[in-house]
Amino acid sequence: MEIHKLLQAEIRVVNIGLRAFARDLERCKTSVVHVDWAPPAVSNPRIAALLAKLGA
Amino acid sequence: MSALINQVRRAFYMDSVALMRISRSVGALPGVATAALMIGSATNKKLMQDAGLLSDEGAAAGANDLILAVRADDPGTAAAALDEARKLLDKPATSDRNGEEWHPKSLDTALRQLPGANVALISVPGEFAAAEARRALHRQLHVMMFSDNVSIAEEVALKQEAKQRGLLMMGPDCGTAILGGTPLAFANVVPRGEIGIIAASGTGLQEVSCLIARNGKGVSHAIGVGGRDLKAEVGGIMTLMAIDALEADASTAQIVLISKPPEPSVAKLVLDRVAGCGKPFSICFIGADDMHVPANAGLSADLRSTAERALAGRRIASSGAPASAAELASRAGPGRTKVCGLFSGGTMCAEAQVFFRRAGMVVASNAPIPGVGKPAAAPDAHVLLDLGDDAYTVGRPHPMIDPTLRNDMLGGALTDGRTAVILLDVVIGYGAHDDPAGELIAHLPPAKARQAILIASVCGTQEDPQSYSRQVQVLQEGGVVVAPSNAHAAELAIEVARRLA
Repeated sequence: MEIHKLLQAEIRVVNIGLRAFARDLERCKTSVVHVDWAPPAVSNPRIAALLAKLGA
Repeated sequence: MSALINQVRRAFYMDSVALMRISRSVGALPGVATAALMIGSATNKKLMQDAGLLSDEGAAAGANDLILAVRADDPGTAAAALDEARKLLDKPATSDRNGEEWHPKSLDTALRQLPGANVALISVPGEFAAAEARRALHRQLHVMMFSDNVSIAEEVALKQEAKQRGLLMMGPDCGTAILGGTPLAFANVVPRGEIGIIAASGTGLQEVSCLIARNGKGVSHAIGVGGRDLKAEVGGIMTLMAIDALEADASTAQIVLISKPPEPSVAKLVLDRVAGCGKPFSICFIGADDMHVPANAGLSADLRSTAERALAGRRIASSGAPASAAELASRAGPGRTKVCGLFSGGTMCAEAQVFFRRAGMVVASNAPIPGVGKPAAAPDAHVLLDLGDDAYTVGRPHPMIDPTLRNDMLGGALTDGRTAVILLDVVIGYGAHDDPAGELIAHLPPAKARQAILIASVCGTQEDPQSYSRQVQVLQEGGVVVAPSNAHAAELAIEVARRLA
């Protein structure tokens, strides 16, 4: 979605990290899904970053 | 001789705010000197080692493990504290793992659960944040990255990728944004209106949006770009994209731009773009020298005058009678002449420095603006501290979430025989502490027993969960003078200090 369209759209959020941010969004009736994030099984951040670059 | 115990819980993850809450509870137990519950990433292990909290057992933990560390008076107390930490970890209230809610474990599953998702809000530890952001950008999501400790090279790469895809990449270290009335992370509940904001400064955005809201206007969108966007390496990529977006946005009639002083080459890029935009701008390069700005823009050095410019010149003033500097000065203990600023917001601290510098006061800060020195170099200066600075937040939550550090420092400032005025910002809104004013007052001695005057401002709105008027009332009932803005608070502190000099 282009930025100017985002600014007119309903904001729908995927929250990755602090659970409190998702709770705040729920409180103000924003559509949000919280991801139960944990460090990747490949715990070396460099390898994790490489995997993300490959789209994994 | 104190006792240190580490214990490792394998393959366990909980977010840092939840862990810090438990650390604080355990650290407050009798006989416990320090408690830290941290995921065993390389960064965290270094922090724990520097703090003398890492044993061989903890050092062997991996990035998927949780380290529980306690230093206490004796081994028995340390072991009992660890037991308590384990109980808190396993309590459903602090861990969704044992609760009823189910959450997807991957972005792709989340996207199936929320069709049409358009923003990823990322607040994972810094070393993993860029990978998560890239994954989100690849799925055509706009990104707001609250996480910090992301390299500037990664920031540039992510922003370039976002630009190619026509997506927002707000951050890293983006604390706040409001998109179409939706507050993200540390944002306030402000009404919709025609003023768009672009900010490389979290509390700067909060203060200006709240001043606009409390003075009858509203905000169309507030786009955070991260504190380094106007550095030469990043080149203002996201600021320029945000200007494009707000220029095209029909609900935005004028634009406010807030940042620390940009690199000259980036300032030129941004100001050239401003000149080519068909909408009027109010620009705040906080602490910067005067510079030439295009005809459709006005430049301010502080947040209040930026908000006033956006309010079409309307003066922001106190609703009641302003406090008398002479009367306040009379309340200071004998020989006390100095101002001590304890700020949770970095830009609030910078704005106060602007006023002290402008007034010709000798002032120092741990986060100095141009023309201001560090406290060690100016022992007789008024001191304005940014308690959100990395030096204070290592291994603990930001003071806007957890006011413990500031409350401790407040005690020190009150007993320091030089301190006449303590200057404070109380920041409310989503993400912030539930009752920062109440916490502050609970840590103060009775007003009559104080030999320093407390002057504060509240950054927030009536509609915030903590309620602006309730926070003001709590502060006033506790004997704190509440100014209508951070700028007014700084000016009043300066007036009092002048009378005592």
